[in-house]
Amino acid sequence: MITTTGLTKVYRSRGREVTALDGVDLHVREGEVYGVIGQSGAGKSSLIRCINLLERPTAGTVTVAGQDLTALAGRGPRAGRELRQARSRIGMVFQHFNLLSSRTVQDNVELPLEILGKSGKERSRKALELLDLVGLADKAKAYPAQLSGGQKQRVGIARALAGDPKVLLSDEATSALDPETTRSILQLLRDLNRQLGLTVLLITHEMDVVKSICDSAALMENGRIVESGTVSELLATPGSELASALFPVGGEASADDRTVVDVTFQGEAATQPVISQLSRTYNIDISILGAAIDTVGGLQVGRMRIELPGRYEDNVVPIGFLREQGLQIDVLGQEPVLLKEGAQL
Amino acid sequence: MQPLLEQACWDTLYMVGWSTVIAVVGGLPLGILLVLTDRGGLLQNVLANKVIGQIVNVARSMPFIILMVALMSFTRWVTGTTIGREAAIVPLAIGAIPFFARLVETAVREVDGGLVEAVQSMGGNTWTVVRKVLVPESLPSLIASTTTTIVALIGYSAMAGTVGAGGLGDIAIRYGYQRFETELMWLTVAILAVVISLIQFAGDYAARSLHRRGGRSGPGPKLRLLKASTATTKTV
Repeated sequence: MITTTGLTKVYRSRGREVTALDGVDLHVREGEVYGVIGQSGAGKSSLIRCINLLERPTAGTVTVAGQDLTALAGRGPRAGRELRQARSRIGMVFQHFNLLSSRTVQDNVELPLEILGKSGKERSRKALELLDLVGLADKAKAYPAQLSGGQKQRVGIARALAGDPKVLLSDEATSALDPETTRSILQLLRDLNRQLGLTVLLITHEMDVVKSICDSAALMENGRIVESGTVSELLATPGSELASALFPVGGEASADDRTVVDVTFQGEAATQPVISQLSRTYNIDISILGAAIDTVGGLQVGRMRIELPGRYEDNVVPIGFLREQGLQIDVLGQEPVLLKEGAQL
Repeated sequence: MQPLLEQACWDTLYMVGWSTVIAVVGGLPLGILLVLTDRGGLLQNVLANKVIGQIVNVARSMPFIILMVALMSFTRWVTGTTIGREAAIVPLAIGAIPFFARLVETAVREVDGGLVEAVQSMGGNTWTVVRKVLVPESLPSLIASTTTTIVALIGYSAMAGTVGAGGLGDIAIRYGYQRFETELMWLTVAILAVVISLIQFAGDYAARSLHRRGGRSGPGPKLRLLKASTATTKTV
């Protein structure tokens, strides 16, 4: 639904060049919720602004719903008619809501419809329908200043949906909200994604956002995407930073001559009593340093950090046994040896 | 005495009224253009920005009485005369346009760039941004700017009395100063004070009631916020 190839953005000011995006290839499938996570300054904001060409990419292409937006942009700095039409079919939600304080809630939602040239009757019908959808039907006549942060973001979402978009871009939509409100806004986005088949691309610096609603995720660092894939693919990737950040387990080795292993269970594998099998088969004592079970992107996942006596060399066979059980094994302090073979598979 | 003052009042209001209308009509687009053509603006055009900015600066720094004299031939071309209240409107308006334009520029610059971005993301063009965002969102400030302009114009209009424009300033100078009719002078001063206070009050009221509706960054809430924060630091 959204594809970028070699997307590059270089900011030039007073002879200095700052590369915000450095050849980003992104592929968001239709109907999924895709999260791009990274620290501030990683280039997330530039990326999402390049998708609807609020920022002109220096190089590369952006395709949304089969339409090459970079081709529509033309050379001039201003957006032509075709690009503006394409933008009106892409909804966007902002961190600071960006509602017009001089307009009522209903008039704010009607704004995109005014731009589309819809009649007054149609505008108010659509706006009230959308406000009902986001649960704010009773606030139609209120002004944004009278609403709470979560309510403002609901208005922002209703407004973004006014043009019946297939794609919704969310620029840190929950970063200005408290955890409780964040949850309800994410739930709303999830519901809209399911009910309307809306494709959602969101950028965030909060791992919890990715954890609770994303089907796929990408990690951005210094203008590049360093990891990407569906959540289960990521969890199955040895040494994935994103996976361990999504699902952290703590615990330090109790002595130098121990081997610490992270075991990740997914789906079927989670039902096997592997640890006790391991202990009995090889007659070794296993300590559990940390463990957690959680739902990530609608997927039951368990992760456990265990400690085996002896160094890695002494534990090659038991670790091999764990791998045979179809578990995801990361040995701490060891290069993920299966990475290359895994990539070939 | 009374018909004299009454006529002077109407003359002042007539001159100030028309020159305000022209200043707003001319200064509003000019001020918005100053913002749009600036670096990073929607119609970025550094050359145009510099040229407009320079014209506005020169016109603003010109003492009004000199501007009036300098514009005489232009005034004659427009109104057919250089004497009287119609003739005074020309330099008043031309002096007030750049004054108002700068105030508009400041007001429009205050509008959150995120709102512009939001309208662009909906597919709005520059004109939509001006109409739906820049003007309505800065309206309280624009009204306050208009009030300031009107008060400044009342001041300028007294100087216009020197070209026989009439009005309250003219009365104060001719009767009060040149004929030593101190009483009449103080009376005009009092009337001017009342008129200016009324205009300021009406302008403030209009701006504040719009602010209250919008509820953002109004002078009232800010003050209250300040008080609240000092109160909390005290309790801490």
